Amino acid sequence: MAVVSSTSSTVMNNVEAVRATLYEAMKNDERTVILGEDVGARGNVFLITKDFIGEFGERRVIDTPIAEASIVGIAVGMAMEGLRPIAEIQFADFIYPSFNQIVGEAAKIRYRSNGEYTCPLVIRTPYGGGVRGALSHSVSIEALFYHVPGLKIVAPAFPDDVKGLLNAAIDDPDPVLFLEHKKTYRLIKGEVPDGHYTIPLGKANVRKAGTQLTVVSYGLYLHWALEAAERLTQEGLSVEVLDLRSIRPMDKTAILNSVEKTRKLLIVHEDNKFGGIGAEISAMVAEEALFSLDAPIRRLCGPDVPSMGYAMPLEEEFMSSPAEMADAMRAMVKF
Amino acid sequence: MPQLGETVTEGTVAQWLKSVGDSVDKYEDFVEVSTDKVNAGVPSPVTGTIRELLVKEGETVATGTPIAVIDEVGAAATAPPAAATAPPAASIAPAAPAGPAPQAAQPAQPSPPAPSPNGSPAPAASSLSELELEGALRGASPAVRRLAREHRIDIRAIKGSGSNGRVTADDVLAAARTGAPAPSAPAAAATVPPGTRTSTYAQPIPGTTVSLSQARKIIAERMVESKHTAPHAWSMVQIDVTNVWKWRAREKDRFERETGYKLTLLPFFIRAVVESLAAFPLMNARFVPATAGGQPSIYVNDEVNIGIAIGLPANLVVPVVRGADKLSIKGLAIKGGELIDKARKNKLGVDNLAGGTFTVNNNGANGSWASAPIINGGQAGIVTMETVVKTVVVRDDDSLAIRSMMNSCLSLDHRVVDGSVASGFLAELKRRLEAMGPQGEL
Repeated sequence: MAVVSSTSSTVMNNVEAVRATLYEAMKNDERTVILGEDVGARGNVFLITKDFIGEFGERRVIDTPIAEASIVGIAVGMAMEGLRPIAEIQFADFIYPSFNQIVGEAAKIRYRSNGEYTCPLVIRTPYGGGVRGALSHSVSIEALFYHVPGLKIVAPAFPDDVKGLLNAAIDDPDPVLFLEHKKTYRLIKGEVPDGHYTIPLGKANVRKAGTQLTVVSYGLYLHWALEAAERLTQEGLSVEVLDLRSIRPMDKTAILNSVEKTRKLLIVHEDNKFGGIGAEISAMVAEEALFSLDAPIRRLCGPDVPSMGYAMPLEEEFMSSPAEMADAMRAMVKF
Repeated sequence: MPQLGETVTEGTVAQWLKSVGDSVDKYEDFVEVSTDKVNAGVPSPVTGTIRELLVKEGETVATGTPIAVIDEVGAAATAPPAAATAPPAASIAPAAPAGPAPQAAQPAQPSPPAPSPNGSPAPAASSLSELELEGALRGASPAVRRLAREHRIDIRAIKGSGSNGRVTADDVLAAARTGAPAPSAPAAAATVPPGTRTSTYAQPIPGTTVSLSQARKIIAERMVESKHTAPHAWSMVQIDVTNVWKWRAREKDRFERETGYKLTLLPFFIRAVVESLAAFPLMNARFVPATAGGQPSIYVNDEVNIGIAIGLPANLVVPVVRGADKLSIKGLAIKGGELIDKARKNKLGVDNLAGGTFTVNNNGANGSWASAPIINGGQAGIVTMETVVKTVVVRDDDSLAIRSMMNSCLSLDHRVVDGSVASGFLAELKRRLEAMGPQGEL
């Protein structure tokens, strides 16, 4: 599925994959513009755009004021007028002021202009917990946006997916919210094919094949789910782990194919349970595949509290763990 | 299993009155069966010897299922078992159509496996009737239900490998591959998983599972069926029962002395109901769904048989006053008293429960002020008597008066009647009840 122009590859972590992909995009297409807080002189808080401003100049690498509504609003205008803006929200926790620009403007422009305008905009933002980021550096925001038609949401977990999906997001004629789990930034390393390639938006990926239970996840929890599934393999149990990769469009076919095979579905995500991505997947499977289910669908998700606390025990209480996931998987396989 | 009552679909063998080898006379009760709401002895259809008891005590089977084999005196003893048993088995189930009778042969003479959709031979359980299959699937997961249907497997006969012995989808597939175990394994194994803590309906304990009595099960099924098939609409009137209440107060001591039954408001109310039904015959009707090739219709009953809903500690019974339109208030009081008495002593027979055409629910006895009752299946409506309260009313001449008022609520099957008929019926009921008393001939 990936269009790979080279057979060679380089090992890199997720943050390096983001940097490499952005660099290529800036190099290959003069219309590409990066804007956000500290993306220029500071080179982004994770050094993703370090030295970009020197190479591409401050007309294409724009340090903005601390004003998220204007970051996205300006980017929407750029996209409508032919540029390829990549807007950065420094942390997903800061995205709320730009909600109107994303939901009310970016997502609706194609519809509102009867197809005359599109909005080829990428909004990148680091999200997620497990980094002792407390109230304003830990949040998951996907459920706030996945309700909105006209918006695509991507949340890759592996560096090769980061590159392929970020390229696809940049190429896409419509707005894409690109979510990068910051705990995975340096934790997750992998082979990334050299050269330009894309991975289609809206396609999930079976990261581990199995027969007794389907686990759907994305982001950091996808890695923990794989770890938990590996433990179960040691116990002689067989779990299939599906990396959603794109949250919207959602790969219904991949989910249903897997559930038809295993007859059991567990969804794990860090975002709150109530009204979360897992709720939509559960409803979809109940509608489409009820008579394949041999156990109640289960969701292992973040608790419905306003935030994870700064104190370590509070954060740990919020976050799941490979051990907890393994317990849930074991219970479902044995149900 | 005989069909004890027109809408009864299954029965439980409560007690065998005969053992294998015992002789039995024609018409002699040889088994006690509990259904729906009745315990009844079942008379033997022939004179002979009990050869085999096919159903264990406490086991529930569909009507028409063979429960015993009786060798008829005079029948050829050397005849193959199936031939000898089929006729009596058929006559044990007098109300069932002849269709199920061939199944009588099943335990002794398994039918050849029917081909399954994929062409491989289906397991032995393939001769399960739809009803048996349905019963076996209670509590099963959607996948198990689908696979058990596709492969015609009796999951009660499978040893479950899931938690608490649950039969899993893989178990069903494994059974389909290897040939299912005999379908005569213990029934209802799947109803309450072993290890689950249980308590009773009468004394429920939080955090435990209450297994359903036969009556409870049927109530649950009937309520769902009625609520799902008959579109319920609801209406209520306020009735001034001051005069009829006075009339009752005047008569009740003498009545109880003479008849032994208490005189309540119920017979007065039923009398007003049957008179109102005469004015609105569509309220005493039932909706007849379309049969294959036919059209749906409404059957207007020629009898007026009034069911009286009676709540018992663990369930609900609705004994029927047959020919209620031909009884006086006194007659209704005596008949109603008898039925209530029997219900409380658990002595209602099949005849007491069958044939209702309309139902009255005295919900007010428990203090209810308004209620939305569920229609008894196969009827057009149910009407309630709510609690009688003294209240200040403004009369036609604008004077204030303290009157005894009672709400009466009607649920109607909207396929049969519309609001206009229902309102007309309620207005008639109100008019007639308000016209009764304060004295007269009971």
